[in-house]
Amino acid sequence: MTRHYSALSLIREGLNGQRGWEPAWRDARPQAHYDAIVVGGGGHGLATAYYLAKNHGITNVALLERGWIGGGNTGRNTTVIRSNYFFPETAAFFDFALKLYEGLSQDLNYNIMFSQRGMWFLGHDRHAMEMLSRSVNAMLLNGVDAELHDSDSVRRHIPGLNDRPRFPVLGALNQPRGGTARHDAVAWGYARGASRLGVDIIQNCEVHDFIIEAGQMRGVETSLGTIRSDLVGMAVAGHSTVLAAKAGIRLPISSYALQAFVSEPVKPCLDTVILSPATGTYLSQSDKGELVIGAGLDMFLSYAQRGSLPWMERAAAGVVELFPAFSRMRFLRQWAGLVDITHDSTPIIDKTKVSGFYISAGWGTGGFKAIPAGGWCLAHLMATGTSHPLATGFCLDRFRSGALIDEASASGISH
Amino acid sequence: MSGWRGKGGATIDRQRPIAFTWAGRSYAGFAGDTLASALLANGVSIVGRSFKYHRPRGLIAAGLEEPNGIVQLETGAATIPNVKATQIELYEGLAARPVNAWPSPQFDLLAINSLAKPFIPAAFYYKTFFWPSWMAFEPTIRKAAGLGVAPQDHDPDSYEHSFAHVDTLVIGSGAAGLAAAEAAAESGAAVLLVEVDPMLGGGLLATREEVGGQSAAAWRAAVLARLAAMGNVRTMPRTMAFGFYDHGMVALCERVTDHLPLERRIGPRQRLWKVRCRRAILATGAFERPIAFSGNDLPGVMLASAAQTYALRYGALPGRRLVVATNNDSGYESAFAVQDTGAAIVAIVDSRTNPGSIADLARSRSIQVIAGSAPLAATGGRSVKALSITRMSGHATQERLRCDGILTAGGWNPAVHLHSQSGGSLAFDQALQAFLPAGAAQNTASVGAAAGIFDLARAIAMARAIGRGEQLPVAVPARAIGPTREFADGDIAAQTAWLDFQNDVTVADVQLAARENFRSVEHLKRYTTLGMASDQGKTSNVAGIRVLSHLLGKPAQEIGTTKFRPPFDPVTIGAFAGRAVGENLFPLAHIAAHADHVAAGARMEGYGAWLRPAYYAKGNEAEEAAVAREVLAVRNAVGLFEASPLGKIEVKGLDAAEFLQRMYVNDVRNLKIGRCRYGLMLNEHGVVYDDGVFARIAENHFLVGTTSGHASAIADQFNEWLQCEWPHLRVMVENVTTAWAVMNLAGPKAREVLATLGTDIDLSPSAFPHMAYREGHVAGVRTRIERVSFSGELSYEIAVPWGYGAALWRALLREGRKFGITPFGIEALMTMRVEKGFLHVGSDTDGTTYPQDVGFGPAIGKKIGDFVGRRSTTRPEGRRDDRRQLVGLEVTDGGGPVAVGAHVLWVNDIEASRTRGWVTSSVMSPTLKRPVAMGLVAGGFDRMGEAVRVWHLGKVRPARIVEPRFYDPEGAKLDG
Amino acid sequence: MFLIDCPYCGPRAETEFRCGGEAHIERPSPHGEVTDEAWSNYLFYRQNPKAEHRERWVHTAGCRRWFNVARDTVTHRIIAVYAMGETMPAAAGEPR
Repeated sequence: MTRHYSALSLIREGLNGQRGWEPAWRDARPQAHYDAIVVGGGGHGLATAYYLAKNHGITNVALLERGWIGGGNTGRNTTVIRSNYFFPETAAFFDFALKLYEGLSQDLNYNIMFSQRGMWFLGHDRHAMEMLSRSVNAMLLNGVDAELHDSDSVRRHIPGLNDRPRFPVLGALNQPRGGTARHDAVAWGYARGASRLGVDIIQNCEVHDFIIEAGQMRGVETSLGTIRSDLVGMAVAGHSTVLAAKAGIRLPISSYALQAFVSEPVKPCLDTVILSPATGTYLSQSDKGELVIGAGLDMFLSYAQRGSLPWMERAAAGVVELFPAFSRMRFLRQWAGLVDITHDSTPIIDKTKVSGFYISAGWGTGGFKAIPAGGWCLAHLMATGTSHPLATGFCLDRFRSGALIDEASASGISH
Repeated sequence: MSGWRGKGGATIDRQRPIAFTWAGRSYAGFAGDTLASALLANGVSIVGRSFKYHRPRGLIAAGLEEPNGIVQLETGAATIPNVKATQIELYEGLAARPVNAWPSPQFDLLAINSLAKPFIPAAFYYKTFFWPSWMAFEPTIRKAAGLGVAPQDHDPDSYEHSFAHVDTLVIGSGAAGLAAAEAAAESGAAVLLVEVDPMLGGGLLATREEVGGQSAAAWRAAVLARLAAMGNVRTMPRTMAFGFYDHGMVALCERVTDHLPLERRIGPRQRLWKVRCRRAILATGAFERPIAFSGNDLPGVMLASAAQTYALRYGALPGRRLVVATNNDSGYESAFAVQDTGAAIVAIVDSRTNPGSIADLARSRSIQVIAGSAPLAATGGRSVKALSITRMSGHATQERLRCDGILTAGGWNPAVHLHSQSGGSLAFDQALQAFLPAGAAQNTASVGAAAGIFDLARAIAMARAIGRGEQLPVAVPARAIGPTREFADGDIAAQTAWLDFQNDVTVADVQLAARENFRSVEHLKRYTTLGMASDQGKTSNVAGIRVLSHLLGKPAQEIGTTKFRPPFDPVTIGAFAGRAVGENLFPLAHIAAHADHVAAGARMEGYGAWLRPAYYAKGNEAEEAAVAREVLAVRNAVGLFEASPLGKIEVKGLDAAEFLQRMYVNDVRNLKIGRCRYGLMLNEHGVVYDDGVFARIAENHFLVGTTSGHASAIADQFNEWLQCEWPHLRVMVENVTTAWAVMNLAGPKAREVLATLGTDIDLSPSAFPHMAYREGHVAGVRTRIERVSFSGELSYEIAVPWGYGAALWRALLREGRKFGITPFGIEALMTMRVEKGFLHVGSDTDGTTYPQDVGFGPAIGKKIGDFVGRRSTTRPEGRRDDRRQLVGLEVTDGGGPVAVGAHVLWVNDIEASRTRGWVTSSVMSPTLKRPVAMGLVAGGFDRMGEAVRVWHLGKVRPARIVEPRFYDPEGAKLDG
Repeated sequence: MFLIDCPYCGPRAETEFRCGGEAHIERPSPHGEVTDEAWSNYLFYRQNPKAEHRERWVHTAGCRRWFNVARDTVTHRIIAVYAMGETMPAAAGEPR
């Protein structure tokens, strides 16, 4: 069986009709007991399992996924990775995630196609430019790469921008290290890595209930039977409140549908990731050639993952405003992801009132870019019982104390 | 051999030839042709190259499921990438070329990829290209990917949106759609019948079958005539229903001018319809499945139903000697149609051992029927030369049939897309080997082939019943299709047996995915890209699922299908944008004297929803100079500023004072009639949300002033609190912002100008002091005047009914001339307010700023009772003494102003340290001749006089924390 | 795109409305006696059910009136529409 991925192994397998590849991850049946259980087979859950094994030597781990791994927001986002955050807490955390992404293909021996093509955040008016200046300085002080560009510079770097815009482009903040990655590959790469370290990846295994005895987590009841463990972590974006409620825990989270679109594939025509706050649109071009367009949230609760027509109109108007030539291209597909929204758009990685039960939730619309650090920190919390220094601010208590880390309203950078 | 034009052709007009160019060469077709049918008739066999291996490809389908015939239509600004040749109606002068083929479809350099095929199977890129970095390989991959080329110019066309509300929406105008529409209309319903094709009739346009004893064409014509005679049926050809959304909302895209020669196109190119229907009848037909065998992607291999359509509608044939491979009766119908049009049928290869009477019919037409057999491999270089067939159970060649075309009839997949989009469930039907609509989630019903009913008479009868509103049980399809020859895992032939033609996914790729544990249908799709091309898997999805089902020994129902998502077929981005382009994308509002400002040299800019003068340039005066001139004019004489966008909300009622007491941080109840007060508003999270001046007009009547950006939002919030939280309060709220134009007359000579203009209001300082409100007339017009000031000078905000605004502006300028009146813009006003140290919400505050951070701690301490946001400000976070507080900043190096957005560091901080705050406002003061700034600084109130460093893009400047009152700190000017 | 039956204007498209989130939330008072926990609960903690949800909507592009909607968050089906201050009509069924 061929296990290591490289150009050489591809050639060798090519001569063998590609018949010798071993499964990317083992399909495991659940055992009765594990040292740790991770609920949720999205990027965050898979990364948590991987780092539990890799960083903490906890390899007797079950990862439980209700459907198929990577099937939630990991496989439904617009694949943007960036760390252009304003506050020191979030900047440090998300830049750590970005750094892990930079080495992830090698670490996992799996090409996640992290393409650092720059993340351009446009400024459309005087006030926006002042806020971008504030953000650039914050990023630089926080040790994150950032550039402030004037209008001419933006146009030099991004050909095709509207020359008769309704919202003039006065400048932009660029994070050169920002970019996109192949979202599915992140899930599959972590799954493969975790599986090799001994983690049991169990798909089609829905958690029906938690087993809690005298305030201590003891395991889960699942569609595949009872699985016991005193250590359970949960990362189930979109369904965080539903599942946490089964453990008697309320979370300050609402579930909304985030809308996204792709166009038909065309030859390279956009080389960076662009976010235009005035139009509420961000877009990039995938390696396959599709324009990947992110829009906003349907501002009502939804668990339906249904595409929205009004957002499709708004996103299209935003695309045409930025790049009038794209008007004649066509939308190929629309979809929605279910996202956990917290008031301050900052996640929660914390213990709960149930001993041995830890949660990672509230990733909002930006969970994908956080996957490596989210998994790293949840694994740390599960293994040590204490918050990782990068995640101490991401506690539940902030909703009581008021110590919110309100990125969106502080920096003007939406998620 | 390749395609040619045979006999007949029901929907072309042989009297009207049409010239067009393909890949730079000139051809002729007929009116009624599609680009695809014209290419086929002209013998163009290679219409493109595949996405990955650049294999030569010919047309497979005749409809929107076509995966190969992807073209770049037209050039220059009119170009459109990735259009399917089957969807392009031929028009005079049409020019198209293939995508993804260079230099030509016949000879494509990247066909070298085909040689590397064994080494670049599905998903190979996850296994390589990451050393040293993906970025080293990505540019090459990106260039190779993509199909057509994006346009470079502004879209010359326009698009529009339309709305319709109907009782019954019928989607698809084949036999079932027509029957359902007629029955629904007979019952009195308002019916909308939409059809993606330019002609109504669907499959009726390309069938030899009879309906009720008459030809399909005659039956169709009769129904259409009856529908036209009814007043309650509207038919829309060239219209695709592409999205089924919530609560009966169906989105359509109507192609209005796409079929016309470029020079004859007038008006919107496409129209997006939003149709709300009580009921939708889905008569969307079915897509024929290809059959997987080695070499099934060679030009010349075509869906049998497509060949039938090309033959009967366009008289076009894919070859002269054709083999038909089928597993059901429909392949025979196609064979007969093609034979009647002029091609020879070499044989019909049927996977069924016992095809039944249809085989006898074939034999009576001298067609050889080879039963119990299936295609094994097509051979030929650039087009089909022969087909090897095998016994169903075997893998050895049984016979080699020489032919120049192969028609495949692998069974049918009902077009369940819209049913699924509407939330309906699907069930896998064993007999048809396809997914059928099961439970409906909205008021929908599928009819005809879309419901798996392929028998015309039965489909029509059922569609009529459903059209009348009868509830029918889910129909049972009549006859099972024959077996499919499966590939053994690792079978070398699987490597050249295509499932997804556009994305180049083979049976072997599906096997590889299964081997590597990508066994969920979604994993299969994402790993192999099966079904992710621009045809969205219309011909490939179910085939892939069936291969997986066979490999895993798991029923297809358990494997399930991937989600069907809108749009059903790609839709132009411009059509979604509609009229929301250019200025109409969030149109900017004009202020009352807009034209006068422009005439006076104003540099108009968008500030929020309004277009407003930033400054007035004299000649080619630079902004800085203009702003300084304007500021000094106000400080020394008098200036005029249009402040009409300032929010104005009337709050009236017995409980008006009580209500505002709850909305404002400040006390409201003790405000005297005729007086104004500055007020701060929070949101419920304690964050400073807005500020402005409110005036008490009468005991129970207030005029609330807000910032320009928040006027309607605050009116909305007032209403929310009143309706949802305090419905017992007797208060009415009305946003009158655009009812009153406001001119701000500011400067030491403001009173003289106003007096000169003439008013019945006593302007003397004792009668009309600072922070007072008066009503009366100015220049004979009803007015409301507030003596308030954001500039720090004597200042009147004079409101008149909006229509008088421009006249008031002109009159004030005229009367003020002898006092040196100068129009000033927003930038001058902002400069003056910074000189004064006045707070600007949104600049000097952000989403973390509490009122105590901007100096309202004492006011809150004195206020008794609750107000919105109060409790939030006293959470532990609000009581920290290192909160960022608004202070003044003075640079101490003698240089120019610091940058807004620069950060504040302590003198001893190392550079890459935690920020201590930031500059929120900063200007060069023309009045003081030195820079002044404000900022939010940690614990700033207790740091007055302390030296700090201001950091901007790596450069550091010394500064000092000061009280933010730089000009006229005692406010003597205000009381002048 | 929802079709919402405004109690004052009749059925209108979703784009004319704005959703104000969960309905029937009680604002704690008096402010001096509300604990941090109770205030946090009021500000941030919601039911967020994967089932029927009672929420309030306002007809922003119409009558500007607020009203309550009971809606299934999975199917988006609207179960009932009822006025501010009213409880959900019994005929529409009790929450699951």
